Amino acid sequence: MSLAAQGAEMARRSVLQTLRQPAMVVPPIAFPLILMAVNVGGLQAATNLPGFPTDDYLNFAIAFPFIQGSLFASINAGSSLARDVETGFLKRLALTPMQRAALLVGNLAGVMTVALISAVIYLVVGFAAGLHFEAGAAGVAVLLVLALLIALGFASLGALIGLRTGSGEAVQGVFPLFFVLVFLSSNALPRELIEQDWFRAIATVNPVSYLFEGLRSLVIFGWDAEALALGFGIAVAIALLGVLGASTALRTRLVRT
Amino acid sequence: MRRFADVTGAVASRSIHRFMTNPQLLLPSLVFPLFFFVAFAGGLSNVGNVPGFDFQSGYTAFQFVFVLLQASAFGGVFTGFAIAGDFESGFSRRLLLAAPNRLGILGGYAVAAMVRAAIVGTMLFSVGLATGMQVHGDGVDLFGLIVLALLVNITATMWAAGVAMRLRTIQAGPAMQMPVFIVLFLAPVYVPLGLLSGWIHAVAQLNPFTALVEGGRDLISGGDVHTWLVYGVALALLAGFAVWGVRGLRRAESAG
Repeated sequence: MSLAAQGAEMARRSVLQTLRQPAMVVPPIAFPLILMAVNVGGLQAATNLPGFPTDDYLNFAIAFPFIQGSLFASINAGSSLARDVETGFLKRLALTPMQRAALLVGNLAGVMTVALISAVIYLVVGFAAGLHFEAGAAGVAVLLVLALLIALGFASLGALIGLRTGSGEAVQGVFPLFFVLVFLSSNALPRELIEQDWFRAIATVNPVSYLFEGLRSLVIFGWDAEALALGFGIAVAIALLGVLGASTALRTRLVRT
Repeated sequence: MRRFADVTGAVASRSIHRFMTNPQLLLPSLVFPLFFFVAFAGGLSNVGNVPGFDFQSGYTAFQFVFVLLQASAFGGVFTGFAIAGDFESGFSRRLLLAAPNRLGILGGYAVAAMVRAAIVGTMLFSVGLATGMQVHGDGVDLFGLIVLALLVNITATMWAAGVAMRLRTIQAGPAMQMPVFIVLFLAPVYVPLGLLSGWIHAVAQLNPFTALVEGGRDLISGGDVHTWLVYGVALALLAGFAVWGVRGLRRAESAG
């Protein structure tokens, strides 16, 4: 069986496994939308601050569900691989001629399916709520690509942790750390409007800030080359780090078995 | 009464000992409020400069009250997790058989939740004051704020205990946590009620937690507190959820 066929089989398993569990599909879609709705309502007044780049907080906050949804992708990917380790599925798989790459690609495919569905729903809800998209239709497509790249980055990091630890509990334990990265970023206010120097310094060195800024630049400013380059660059770097790390961890895991 | 006190004391001391000696149980309830305080008070302090935002004690104190009440509520929710865990392990069934007064079980968990909230509250007060939070309320106001936080804590404990005793599985965690989370965040979290607009303003006006968080902010800033409204709402919520908790206990008893 070719690598592509093996990957497709594993992807089919992963997609079915994900879609059959409402707990893996509903939270990544519902929770980010709930938090976005709360933030849009609660922080609309912040658009009155001098220098705030838009007069509708929805345009600013729309990036939030994409990033939070990516965190869920990370948990789902990590938990699912950790479960494969815990249940011995990986050990049984090691006895077959299945290639490592197929297992990883297949697992990430399931998570990316949910990420794509979620991203489309976020956008539909955003437009229904009055989102104004400065970059036009092409911008929407670019935003979706960037969002999926970010989801891939976080999902592969989750896969890395799941494979390294082999424990679903450990994967869940890392979630708060990612959550901290999201909140200590420019998620709620533009960096230049963050008043506290220490917080602005953290947000500036926090790569998650640039993911937010890349996504929202398409909505608020149109085509901002610098924001997009930073957003895509960091998303690609995280994805590379995650995929290579997960691949190495999988190799180690299979050797151990 | 003596039997109630004995059971309450035994269950409370066991629960307190459990979370005090298990960092995995204690740390999340300490770290998360601290993190929210840092993220909200630090990252959003410029929101205090929005035209119409008029809060004497500054944005740090404004957010402190929300985080204190949130931490108190989650102290109760975490206690609900512990109750569900005790049912899963079979401990609660043995406890139901052995306890001469079963209401004392609920009382014991509530005392443990208050101790948990007191620890988190002390830490939050220390961090807030160390970072220059302005407190314009006097000693009586601060005492009132602490009482308010404890009332929120017991109310959340009764809610979570009611869920835990009905479902008796740790998988009920989201059912305990999410409603509390949603109610908390549908109050004026980032700006005063007057600066909210649209649907969230309408919802926040109906949300009973709004009266508590705004009352708490009045207390810390030394403003005029609508005492009857704030404590009336707090006590009414407590009474309602105490009934919910006791009925949950009765369900657990009849389930055997």
